[in-house]
Amino acid sequence: MSRIRFETGTKTELPALEPLLFELQQPGRSGRHVRGGDEADALIPAAFRRTAPLPLPELTEPQVVRHYTHLAQLNYSVDAGMYPLGSCTMKYNPKINDRAASLPGFADIHPHQPDETVQGALRLVHELQELLAGISGMDEVTLQPAAGAHAEFTAILMFKAYHAARGDAKRRRVIVPDSAHGTNPASAAMCGFDVTTVKSDARGNVDLDALTAALGDDVVGFMLTNPNTLGLFEERVREVCDAVHRAGGLVYGDGANLNALLGVARPGDLGFDCVHINVHKTFSTPHGAGGPGAGPLCVKKPLAPFLPVPRVIRDGSGTYRRETMAEHPNSIGRVRSYVGNFGVLVRAYTYIRTLGEEGLVETGRDAILAANYLLALVREGYDVAYERSPMHEFVLTAAKQKRHGANALDIAKALIDEGFHPPTVYFPLVVPEALMIEPTETEPKETLDAFADALLRIAKRIETDPQSVHDAPVKAPLRRLDEVAAARKPVLRYRPA
Amino acid sequence: MSSVPDDLRYSKEHEWVRVDGETATVGITAFAQEQLGDVVFVELPDAGARVRQHASLGVVESVKAASDVYAPISGEVLERNAKVIERPELVNAQPYGDGWMIKVRLADKGELGALLSPDDYRSHIGEGSAAAGD
Amino acid sequence: MGQNPYSPHTDADRAAMLARVGITSVDDLLAAIPHDARRPAMGVPAGMSEAEVQVHLERIAALDRTAGAGPFFIGGPVQRRYIPAAVPVLALRGEFLTAYTPYQPEVSQGTLQAIWEYQSLLSELLAMDVVNSSMYDGSTAVAEAALMAVRLTGRKRVVVANEVFSQFRQTLATYAKGPELEIVAVPSRELAANAAGAACLIVQHPDAFGTLVDVRAIAEAAHLSGGLCVQVTEPHANALLEPPGALGADIVVGEGQPLGIPLSFGGPHLGIMGCRDALVRQMPGRIVGQTVDSDGTRGFVNTLQTREQHIRREKATSNICTNEAIAAITASVYLSLMGPRSLRAAARIGVARAHALASRLAKLPSVTIGTGAPYFDRFALRTPLGGELRTALLADGILVGEGIGRHYADCGDGVTIQCTELTTDADLDALVGAVERATARHPVARS
Repeated sequence: MSRIRFETGTKTELPALEPLLFELQQPGRSGRHVRGGDEADALIPAAFRRTAPLPLPELTEPQVVRHYTHLAQLNYSVDAGMYPLGSCTMKYNPKINDRAASLPGFADIHPHQPDETVQGALRLVHELQELLAGISGMDEVTLQPAAGAHAEFTAILMFKAYHAARGDAKRRRVIVPDSAHGTNPASAAMCGFDVTTVKSDARGNVDLDALTAALGDDVVGFMLTNPNTLGLFEERVREVCDAVHRAGGLVYGDGANLNALLGVARPGDLGFDCVHINVHKTFSTPHGAGGPGAGPLCVKKPLAPFLPVPRVIRDGSGTYRRETMAEHPNSIGRVRSYVGNFGVLVRAYTYIRTLGEEGLVETGRDAILAANYLLALVREGYDVAYERSPMHEFVLTAAKQKRHGANALDIAKALIDEGFHPPTVYFPLVVPEALMIEPTETEPKETLDAFADALLRIAKRIETDPQSVHDAPVKAPLRRLDEVAAARKPVLRYRPA
Repeated sequence: MSSVPDDLRYSKEHEWVRVDGETATVGITAFAQEQLGDVVFVELPDAGARVRQHASLGVVESVKAASDVYAPISGEVLERNAKVIERPELVNAQPYGDGWMIKVRLADKGELGALLSPDDYRSHIGEGSAAAGD
Repeated sequence: MGQNPYSPHTDADRAAMLARVGITSVDDLLAAIPHDARRPAMGVPAGMSEAEVQVHLERIAALDRTAGAGPFFIGGPVQRRYIPAAVPVLALRGEFLTAYTPYQPEVSQGTLQAIWEYQSLLSELLAMDVVNSSMYDGSTAVAEAALMAVRLTGRKRVVVANEVFSQFRQTLATYAKGPELEIVAVPSRELAANAAGAACLIVQHPDAFGTLVDVRAIAEAAHLSGGLCVQVTEPHANALLEPPGALGADIVVGEGQPLGIPLSFGGPHLGIMGCRDALVRQMPGRIVGQTVDSDGTRGFVNTLQTREQHIRREKATSNICTNEAIAAITASVYLSLMGPRSLRAAARIGVARAHALASRLAKLPSVTIGTGAPYFDRFALRTPLGGELRTALLADGILVGEGIGRHYADCGDGVTIQCTELTTDADLDALVGAVERATARHPVARS
């Protein structure tokens, strides 16, 4: 991150780090990326022609390059430093994965090309389907969902189709734990279902009594993250799954925390009926400032007939093809265009083949070790939400700091001044003043030590001078931003003064 | 400590009601706006709409939370507070004054009996009665 | 150990870490896992060196015929267009690519300003009040627009034109199964007559076959019956055609891939979604807003977040979390490099080539072009071979769009031909010659 302000000579509407494209532009300036086609205007009937102005900025390429270079320098990123966001698995993103995705044979092929012209892409998709089935312990895989939440929606819609195919139309409720990601209840609601929340017990597990009480013959299924969002392995996961199954429901595995289970245990062996994989977490594909990701959904056989189309199969002669809707009359249909976020899937495939079986096993174990080590270092300064060995992440509470007048947000902002990206704060909702920390397996021990030192320094500062963290950050490109003003009078686009 | 005026009735969901003849004015309490933080958005029903006791009548939002406003009484909406929609910060500044939300023609005065008295509301929010000198 | 090349831990590091935790093995931390589930075999082949994996992937990629390898007329929602050299260099910088969703705005101003500029650029292009920071792709944007219209109107009937891209309509049909919406599909020309009781009319202009559609009449019909008009658009068409905001559309959606994003076999791409100001609180997806920091310096933050799943949970406007931010930034870099001039030129060349090609093809015996209505930069090519023309042309190394009969009801059969600024004169010659040969060989055409 840069705190240098680059002089452009451009006047901005307000004091600013970098002018807007619209402030940098001058009519008449522009490059020559494409030219010609003037005869086209006469080919479009007047009634359809654009009469509205087209006030896109006019800039030269050097200006554009500097603008985005300056903007890039205002960002914190995994390439720059430790990014310990709990639940997000911000591990290092290998560059070979990006290069693989940009090979012309992968980047320059159109989804409408006939199968015989894209045998390489189809082979990769098919191999990845098989690899993910093996890693998750499931039978069949769709690579279509664009993200974890999209996979949740896909699966709950499949649950609906599964129950309907059995003539069971009375099921209207999806159960989620109180520690669940917000996407879980939102996905259930998009499928037209009501949501029942069950509480966690004192050890951070699903409260089995509360779950049993909530179950009934109107329950579609239960959505469970394991390890859960507290970073804890569900100690009675099989009993939980059995209870749901006894009530005729299905168990959805939210795979957000699958990094902890790589080579450690497979959701398919624990009682889940399906699980999604966030390849942008577990399989090292870049988060892209918010996306794209990919959310392959892996299911057990009974759910397979309802999977979206198309998937890729390999026929007897060794050629690959995309299946059609006609072959899968019970499919829920497609949940998006085409076979999935292919460019992201190529990266995940590259990562899995690079690491291999033993590398994946080491990944899960190193991620768990890193989290436990970091927790051992910081616990002298902070209260731990649940006194149990975590898996790949852990949740602290800033309750102690709050008594001194500083909260989780203050600690997050103080970490920025220490040179680190803050952890996830105020989630999960069941922990007051939560700080959710996931170091991942790719941070060296000395970085973990430095991060722990920073957290402990902040805890000391709060004891002696809590006011000082209220002013943080002071070393970031900007001070704290006024989110209230942004929401009260939304300014969502540029409009000329 | 949150203010709880003595001339109002309250709901457990933290709305207040001021009755004037057949008309009731409704808003959210000082305690509610403190819990919510800076209010950034208020959504209210149009005049002429009907609200039902205990059913949601609108929404108040802060940056990081959204909360339904429940009707403490049933009736027809006579007026909604245009000022509070334009300036949601009034809910924080004057929850019992300019931050009011709607005026309702009471459908059933009997419903008022189910609401909390100021003292009951104070103990509901864990603040004891003013008389107790907390 | 030492199996994961990206793990920095030496055996000495691991020993020190275990000691600090107070255990002798990671296994000591895994007591909660059922015994019979521990250390599963996953069936993944042994790992490879970086050089080995590169060669392995090059071999697989070499099995594909790339779009640029010969005459190429496939298009529709996904278009082969020129990508200026600076686009990937800037948009895929590690500072953007390896950042998370900008939840900590003080250290994410690069992302936030770039996305806010994306929202601004697209708002200008589409003449809409507000554009969100992206949906997964064009198809899910269409489906979410229908759900949004259902929330806004309280109606459960959605009327969609047959001439909307087939992938978009199929995705809409899947999404409709959740809230059990009634989806009615009719030809574009009958949309207006079906407005009664509809939450929205979904029209595509230019449609799947490039035909220009009178959106104004459809929007008026929707509004008269208390519904909304959802227009499916495509980016380059807006450089030359009256934009959705000027035609009366309330919600605009489309596939943004043509804005500098690689074909990538269908993803990741960019779902464009915009709407009128009054509807913004029912719009799904992240939105960036302008504000100031405590020193009064301009900055940007995620805003109107109470619409989203992490706050509103089951009452959220959508479950979307991860989106296509880097694709939005890519589109933004693309538009700022192209500017209005190169964008118009790219659109014009596609139109000019398509019309030049169509007039040559129309001179061949037993060939029909489009419907007679004006079209943009693609058209339906109908011959006695129907959709089979595609296979015949592939033998000559020419790729054309999908068979129409297989994907569209009531639209006849044939193939779709798309032109862009990358279509060359030699490509046109090759296609005209190949169509002439293919139809001449065909018995129906000869007779």
